[in-house]
Amino acid sequence: MTEDYHVQSPVLKLEDVAISYETRYGDVEAVRQVTFDVHRATTFGVVGESGCGKSTVAFGIVDFLGANGKIVGGSIKFQGRELVGRSQAELRKLRGDQIAMVYQDPMQALNPSVTIGDQLAEVLTTHRGISKAEAWEKSIDMLSRVYMPDAANVMNRYPHQISGGQQQRVVIAMALLNNPALLIMDEPTTALDVTVEAVVLDLIEDLKRDFDTAIVYITHDLGVVARVCNYVGVMYAGEMVETGPVEVIYGNPLHPYTQGLMRCVPKLGSTKESSILYPIRGRVPAPKDRPKGACIFAPRCDYATDRCRTEGPKLREIEPGHRARCFCSEEIEAAAWQPPEGLVPELAPSVEVEEKPLVEVRNLKTYYEQESKSLLSLVGLGEKLYVKAVDDVNLSVPAGKTLGIVGESGCGKSTLAKTIVGLESPTGGQAEFLGFDISEPVSERDLNLIQELQMVFQNPDSTMNPSYTVGQQIGRPLRRFKTAPPNQIHDKVVDLLNAVRLDGSYYRRLPRQLSGGEKQRVGIARAFASRPDLVLCDEPVSALDVSVQAAVLNLLMEIQREHGTTMMFIAHDLSVVRFFSDYVAVMYLGHIVESGPAEAIYAPPYHPYTEALLSAVPIPDPTAEQKHIRLEGTVPSALNPPSGCVFHTRCPRRDMLPDGGKICEMEVPPWRYNTEEHRIFCHIPLEDLRQMEPVVTTA
Amino acid sequence: MTVSEQTMPKAAPRPSRLRRLWEGISIIFASKVAVVGLIIVLFWVFAAIFAPLLTPYTPTEQDYVAQNEGPSGAHPLGTDDLGRDIWSRLIYGARVVLVILPIGEDFWIPGGTAIWGVILGLLVGSTLGLMGGYLGGWVDEVVMRLLDAMMAFPVILLYMIIIAAVGASATNVVLAIAIVGTPGIARLVRSLALDIRTRDYIRAAELRGENPWYIMFVEILPNARGPIMIDAMLRVGYAIFAMGTLGFLGLGLPPPSPDWGSMVAKGRQYILSGSPWAALWPSVAIASLVVGLNLFADGLREESLRYQ
Repeated sequence: MTEDYHVQSPVLKLEDVAISYETRYGDVEAVRQVTFDVHRATTFGVVGESGCGKSTVAFGIVDFLGANGKIVGGSIKFQGRELVGRSQAELRKLRGDQIAMVYQDPMQALNPSVTIGDQLAEVLTTHRGISKAEAWEKSIDMLSRVYMPDAANVMNRYPHQISGGQQQRVVIAMALLNNPALLIMDEPTTALDVTVEAVVLDLIEDLKRDFDTAIVYITHDLGVVARVCNYVGVMYAGEMVETGPVEVIYGNPLHPYTQGLMRCVPKLGSTKESSILYPIRGRVPAPKDRPKGACIFAPRCDYATDRCRTEGPKLREIEPGHRARCFCSEEIEAAAWQPPEGLVPELAPSVEVEEKPLVEVRNLKTYYEQESKSLLSLVGLGEKLYVKAVDDVNLSVPAGKTLGIVGESGCGKSTLAKTIVGLESPTGGQAEFLGFDISEPVSERDLNLIQELQMVFQNPDSTMNPSYTVGQQIGRPLRRFKTAPPNQIHDKVVDLLNAVRLDGSYYRRLPRQLSGGEKQRVGIARAFASRPDLVLCDEPVSALDVSVQAAVLNLLMEIQREHGTTMMFIAHDLSVVRFFSDYVAVMYLGHIVESGPAEAIYAPPYHPYTEALLSAVPIPDPTAEQKHIRLEGTVPSALNPPSGCVFHTRCPRRDMLPDGGKICEMEVPPWRYNTEEHRIFCHIPLEDLRQMEPVVTTA
Repeated sequence: MTVSEQTMPKAAPRPSRLRRLWEGISIIFASKVAVVGLIIVLFWVFAAIFAPLLTPYTPTEQDYVAQNEGPSGAHPLGTDDLGRDIWSRLIYGARVVLVILPIGEDFWIPGGTAIWGVILGLLVGSTLGLMGGYLGGWVDEVVMRLLDAMMAFPVILLYMIIIAAVGASATNVVLAIAIVGTPGIARLVRSLALDIRTRDYIRAAELRGENPWYIMFVEILPNARGPIMIDAMLRVGYAIFAMGTLGFLGLGLPPPSPDWGSMVAKGRQYILSGSPWAALWPSVAIASLVVGLNLFADGLREESLRYQ
C-alpha cells in the first residue's frame, strides 16, 4: 500500500501554507501551517469539520480565493514548480488542463443552457485546440469510462434532464478529459443520496487505477475517506493536525482530535453498546480567537499539559509516514481513554411498553396534486396527477419509545412527519394520537392537542427567528400554552437552557451569536418547553458537524428518557439511527418496506432495499467488510410509481423468486412477519430472506 | 491527565449598547458612497431645522427693489421675481418636506410630508404584502390584482388625480404619496414574505397554533426590515421628486408657500432673459436631496451585502 512513497516525487507538495481573508475588521487567518504531499495514482483525503479550512486549502491550490482571499505564506509546488505568486493568466492555463476541480453541487458546475456534449467538447477545444468533431468523439468515450449509461444520447441532453448522480459523473468526466495530473474534489458526493453516492464513490476508486491521477479529496465524512482514500490529512481550526496512511490513521490515531473524531462518528456497530457516541467537549475557536503560540486543540484536549498551552507544536513524524502535531502523542494510549464526568448522560432506564400505542396511523395517504398544464384541466376535465408522497402507510409508536424513520430523499418521510404533526393534510386514511383524531391540519386542532405534539427541525440556521433572543423564543411556547405563570417564565426558561446543557447567560443572546450546535439545542429546548407527549425530530443532526452531532443526539436521548417523551426521529443515515432508536422503519417511495425493533433491522433477514442501503453507507473503518450491492437506475418519480411492489424496478434480489420476480410487477407484496414486531414488505418468502448474510462484518 | 471542563459553556459576553450602536453605524462609514449621501441629506435636514437661524429673511419677505438678482453679498443665492431671497425659500421649503407636517391650521407634527407619506405607505403596503405573501391563495390573487390596478396608472397622473380630487394641502400630499407608494412597497414585502415563510421558525410558530396575524407581524415582518428600510429611503427621494413635479405643474402647496417645484415653475420664464437663479437653485436642491438619499440607500445596501 505504501509502495514508492518516498521514491517518487510528489505531484503536489504543500509546505507551511497560510491563507488569509480580508474582512471589514481586518485580516483573518483562515488556514496556517498546512503541509502535505500527494503522489500519482493516490488519493489524499483532507478531512475536517466545517470551518476547518479544507475548502480554503483546495481553492488556494489554484488561487480561486475570490477578491478578498490571499496566500500569505508557504509554498505550493505542482510537479516541482512553485504556484504561489504566479499570475492569473498562467494559472488559468493550468486550471482545467493539468489541475481539475470537481465541486459539491453539480448543478452549479454545469451550465444549464448548454448541452452536455457542448460543455464537454469545449474543455478539449479550448485546451487542446482540436476540432469539434474529434472532441465530441473523445467526450463520448470519456462518458462511457465514467460508467454513464447510453453515453451518446446523454451528449445531446441538458443538465436538468439527467439525475444528480449522472450530473456528478459528467462533471467528473469533464475534469478528466484533459488527463490532468491533479484532480481536486471538494465534497463531490455530499449532495447525493446514499445509494447514488455509493456508485459515484466506486467510480472515484476506479479513477486512480484507470487514469493515474493524483486526487485531493476534501470531505467531512470519515466513512467516505475510509472507502476511497489512501492517505488522510486531518484538519482542525485551520491547521493540519495529523497525516498518514488511511489504515494507520483509523487504526491508531495519534492526535487527540483524531481520536476524539473516531469516537464520535456513528458506526454500523453490531450491538447497541458499541454504537455509543462520545462527543468532543468544547467548541471550535473562531478564526480571530485562534492562539498563535499554543496548541490549537489544547482547550478541548483531555491530555493537555502546560507546555501545550504555551508552545505551538509542529507537525512531526512519529512513525514512518505518520505525522501528528502533538507533544504528547507517544505517551497517549487511546485504548485506555475513559469518558470524563458528564460527557455521556446517565440514561434513565427505558420504560415498559404499554398496550395502547401513542400514535397510530392506518392506511395514511398524503398526495400532492400536480398542476396539470393541459387545456382540459383548466376546465376541470383533465386527468388529475398526484405526487404520491405517502402511500398507504401503517405504523404505530408505543408510548415512551423512539421510532426512527429512514429513507433517501423523496421517500416521503418528511411528508409523513408533517402530516402527523398537522402541517399537511392527509388525503386518506386515519391517524390517531392519544386517542384523538389528528387528520385535521394544525390550525383546526385544539390547543391542548397542539401542545402535546411538537417538532425539532433540521436546519439550525432557520429554526430560530433571527430577530428575537433565545429567551424570548423559548418562552413563547410557555406563554402560549400557559404552561407557567408569567412571573415564573424566566426561571423556567433558564431551567430548560440548563437541561440542554447551555448556561443561563444564553437567555439574552441573539441567534446569530450562537453556533449551529447551540442553535439546535435551543430548538430542542423550545420543542420540549411545553412538555409534549410526542416530539418529531426531522433530521435534527444532519446539518451539524460530527462532533456536535454526538452531543446533540446524546442530549435528545437524555431528555427523552427523563421525561418519557415519545419520539419519532427522521434521518437518511442508518448509522445515526442505530444507537438512538428503539424501533426503525425504512421507507421507499411513500411506502414502509421494513419495520421492527432496531436490532432486527440491522441483521438479516432484510428487505432488499434495506440491504442495499446498508451496503451503500460508507463505514468509517477501512478494515470492515461490507457487501457490495448497488442499485441500478434512479428512484422513480412519485407521480407515477411502479405497479405492484414499488421497488421492483431496482430490486437486486428479484432472482430469488422462481420466475425472476414477475409477481413483483403485478401484485402488491404481503407483509412477512419475521417476529411479532419485525415485518418485511416483500414477495420473497421468509425462509429465503433468513438465508441472507449480514451486510457488515467488522474485523 | 486533566479532565473536566465545565460542561456548560458560558456564552461570550454581550457587547454593550454603545458598542452595538457603534457597530451599526460603522457600516455606514465603511461605504464612501453612503457617507456622501448622508452628508447631503443631513445638510438639508439641519438647514430645515435651523432655518430661522440660517437666514435673516423670511421666505415671504418681498423686496421690490431687488428682483431676479443673482448671488450677492445680501442674497447668497439671489432673489426671485418678487424679490424674495431664494436661499430662505429653499430652506423653509425643505421644512414642510422633511421636518414638519402641518395638520390643519395650528397643529403640526415632526417629520415632513415626504417622511409621513412614506411611513403611511409602509403601513398599508406592508400589510397588503404580508397578507398576499403569507396567506397566499385567493387573498394573494385579490391583493395582487388590486396592486396591478394601482400600478397601471402613470405615477404623475395618479398624483394629479388624487390632488385634483381632494385638494392640495400638506395632509393630502401625504395621502397621495402613500397611495402611490403602496404597490411598490407591497410587492417588495410580498416577495420577502414568500421567502421568509419557507423558514423553519415559521413552521414552529404554526405548530404552536399561532394565528396568522401574529405570524405575519411578529415573526415575519421584523426579519424583512433591512430591505424595507432601504426601499423606504429611496421612496422618500421619489416622493420629494414627485412633489417637485406636482409643484411645477401647479398642483403643489398653494402660494406663497415655498414649494420647490412651484419655485421652478415660476422661475422658468426668466431663464432666457438672463436670470436663471430662481429656477436653478430649487432644481439643484431637489436633485441633490434625491441623489443624496439614493447614494445613502445604495451605499448601505452594498455594504450590507459585501461580506455575505
